[in-house]
Amino acid sequence: MNLILFTFIVLLGFTSYYFGRKKAYTIQSTKKRLTALPQFYGYYLAIWCAIPAFIIFSLWAIFEPTIVKLLVLSDYSNQGYLDDELNLIYEKTKALSRGQFTGEITPFIEASAEKYLSLRSIAQSSKVVIVLSAIIASVAYAYKRISSNSRTREPVEKFLNAVLFTASLAAILTTVGIVFSLIFQTIDFFKVIPLFDFVFGTHWYPAKAFVRDSSEALDPTMYSDTFGAVPIFAGTFFIAFIAMCVAIPIGLMSGIYLAEYASTKVRQYAKPLIEILAGIPTVVYGFFAALTVGPFLKELGTSMGLEVSAESALAAGGVMGIMIIPFISSLSDDVITSVPQSLRDGSYAMGATKSETIKRVIFPAALPGIVGSILLGVSRAIGETMIVVMASGLAANLTFNPLESTSTITAQIVVILIGDQAFGDPKTQAAFALGMSLFLVTLCLNIVALRVVKKYREKYE
Amino acid sequence: MNKNKEQLLNKRYKAEQRFRLYGLSAIFMALLFLTIFIFKIFSTGYSAFQKTWLIVPVTFDAELMMLDQNPSKEDLQDADYYDIALKSMADLDPNANEDQENELKRMVSYFFEKEIKNELLNDPNLIGKTKEVYLTASDDLDQVFKGNYPRDLPEDQRRVSDYQLKIFDQLVANGKVESKFNISFFTNADSREAELAGIASSFMGSIFSILVCLMIAFPVAVLAAIYLEEFAPKNRFTDFIEVNINNLAAVPSIVFGLLGLGVLLAIFQLPRSTPLVGGITLSLMTLPTIIIAARASLKAVPPSIREAALAMGASRMQTTMHHTVPLSMPGTLSGTIIGLAQALGETAPLILIGMVAFVNTIPGSPMDPAASLPVQIYIWAESAERGFVEKVSACIMVLLGFLIIMNLFAQIIRHKFEKKWS
Repeated sequence: MNLILFTFIVLLGFTSYYFGRKKAYTIQSTKKRLTALPQFYGYYLAIWCAIPAFIIFSLWAIFEPTIVKLLVLSDYSNQGYLDDELNLIYEKTKALSRGQFTGEITPFIEASAEKYLSLRSIAQSSKVVIVLSAIIASVAYAYKRISSNSRTREPVEKFLNAVLFTASLAAILTTVGIVFSLIFQTIDFFKVIPLFDFVFGTHWYPAKAFVRDSSEALDPTMYSDTFGAVPIFAGTFFIAFIAMCVAIPIGLMSGIYLAEYASTKVRQYAKPLIEILAGIPTVVYGFFAALTVGPFLKELGTSMGLEVSAESALAAGGVMGIMIIPFISSLSDDVITSVPQSLRDGSYAMGATKSETIKRVIFPAALPGIVGSILLGVSRAIGETMIVVMASGLAANLTFNPLESTSTITAQIVVILIGDQAFGDPKTQAAFALGMSLFLVTLCLNIVALRVVKKYREKYE
Repeated sequence: MNKNKEQLLNKRYKAEQRFRLYGLSAIFMALLFLTIFIFKIFSTGYSAFQKTWLIVPVTFDAELMMLDQNPSKEDLQDADYYDIALKSMADLDPNANEDQENELKRMVSYFFEKEIKNELLNDPNLIGKTKEVYLTASDDLDQVFKGNYPRDLPEDQRRVSDYQLKIFDQLVANGKVESKFNISFFTNADSREAELAGIASSFMGSIFSILVCLMIAFPVAVLAAIYLEEFAPKNRFTDFIEVNINNLAAVPSIVFGLLGLGVLLAIFQLPRSTPLVGGITLSLMTLPTIIIAARASLKAVPPSIREAALAMGASRMQTTMHHTVPLSMPGTLSGTIIGLAQALGETAPLILIGMVAFVNTIPGSPMDPAASLPVQIYIWAESAERGFVEKVSACIMVLLGFLIIMNLFAQIIRHKFEKKWS
């Protein structure tokens, strides 16, 4: 229904464009000068068609559900139901009207389902009538207004400019959305769990919070020693550290080799090949780590008489390191190539070998950029989810032994939120609190890294 | 003195060679990882494209099927096939006792009844006759036939009994086991049984999510890039937008999943587990990537083009829309495709918005619950059955195939249509 209406409005838009242009041509044929190209007259009318439609559609989308709900539930208002029960009744009504209701059908609910359907159809038809009459009125008004000396280009361009500006706000809206979705749950979480316990507690056992009778009131003492995030933070940084131990040497050395030694031919093939590593989805790495690397390390450890968990931090971190290699190698390659040639020439002129030049002249000069690329790599390692979920443990142990299993922020978020979530439960809120800390940490890393890289670029450009 | 100098020089040259070697071995190692990786996936995955069939003689006994004489089409539909299906499996070993008959039944998929039914529906003249029917082998026997199953384990640690293996070996010796191209892997939805599980539902889920993502992210990102590159005044507010975009590009994907969960599902009440929500979440994630690519390619259009258009009397909007934007399109499009390829491989945000649910129907629209290819990989990888391991690898091969095609496409657009300004 909405789709048909939408198509119809689009067709109306095209017709009004056509009429606007036609009117411009008729004006032109009477030898009067136009103030804009004829198609601007068309665009002008089309905008007059789109704006009222857009406004009415969005008003309807915002208010229709609430008003219908109020009207349907007004039948129940004097019967002493609680808000939650009313919501439940409304959900049942909606399900019944869609024919998806599976429980026992009471006459009450059947009656309200009928009422719901009739209200919906009234709302639909009134929407159609209002939208169409508003469009016709506004287009007719605009059609009357345009004449040879009316300005049409300026309003059209202003409108376009406004559309462009609104689109550019999308990035800000997304950030606001992220903060908004995280902050309320996080605040609710810290109402139950003191911030101090979360940041300094050493025992993470969210499953304990799950065994709770929902009819009982929240008992904060029950959660003491349940949401201590230290083991998770430690595990996150530990796995990221292992990953960087793999990624920094390999990534940096291959970046240096590609920038300074490799012939154009080698560079042409090796660089895209290494970058394939960055394009492989992380779930694939996770599968690889869980199926191949984990058991391999376990077997290797057993043959050397070491006890290695099949879900060791080493397997997850190592594979994560492989994933990060191309980030570091590409970025440091770029940074090193942008070091001015004069620095190299100066060093060679003093008799330094190539490696001495790299180590003592180019590397220090490129250091800020390299540090920036490493920080971006760290931020990626901390935010990486699937590898850890699949290859590392899910129980949060406070350990710094790479052969044992640990858990990370991202893995815990997935463990808590997979399946059905109950909003308002401290366990769910804990996931959002973890998400908030993850967002803040990566945000800081990104800001610092981007600033360092930008400063460095300015230095040599 | 001279000798000392020479020694020093030699040392320095050696250090030079060593350093070079480090660099070379670093590249070698990165490429080695890539090779091992691809080799491992292909070597475990290629066998999933084959499926093992048992060829079993089935007697279509009208009495056992509860059919009257001259049955109509509907009668055939409603007939009882379970008994003849069971009987034809039990007949594989005439001396089998009751337990063994049960084991015989479990040598094929639980779908065998339907396969026999389809055979009869195709050819109603088969009633009263015996025909050899292809039945899907159980996933364990499938693995045995492909040589992936550790037959030398003690019997109590295997899901295949010695008895089943004996009968199976007899069938193999008689040429009654065949392996054919596995079409059902591409046409079936997910299933708890590895031998029947396919990627059709998750594939459609991925396609729908990517389409939703494209329809939202592409227009918004291109418009935003045009504004920021061509019209935005240089002030604090535009700087703030820029910082925002750069940061969003580096925010971990799981945070976008939390956004989808906390805003799209909890506040806007959009339907859970659907490609619609998945696509919107992915579009927010892809937005910064496309904006950055579009801005870069707008920036690459030389100012002389703009100046020429302005000199001819075009307004700024006309200059941008008629000249700059069309010229920048190849770069923008290839950036978009690369962004979409990233979104296609994304798993974590989709898990959080519930696209990890078990879906055994093929979704027909973005509003139906679905999984996506990467999530399917995760679901299968987490399940313990041996038959799923090769399925995971095969699914990865399909996913990687798509990513390669998308990236090649992006490269082609860039090289073929992009103007080189010199």
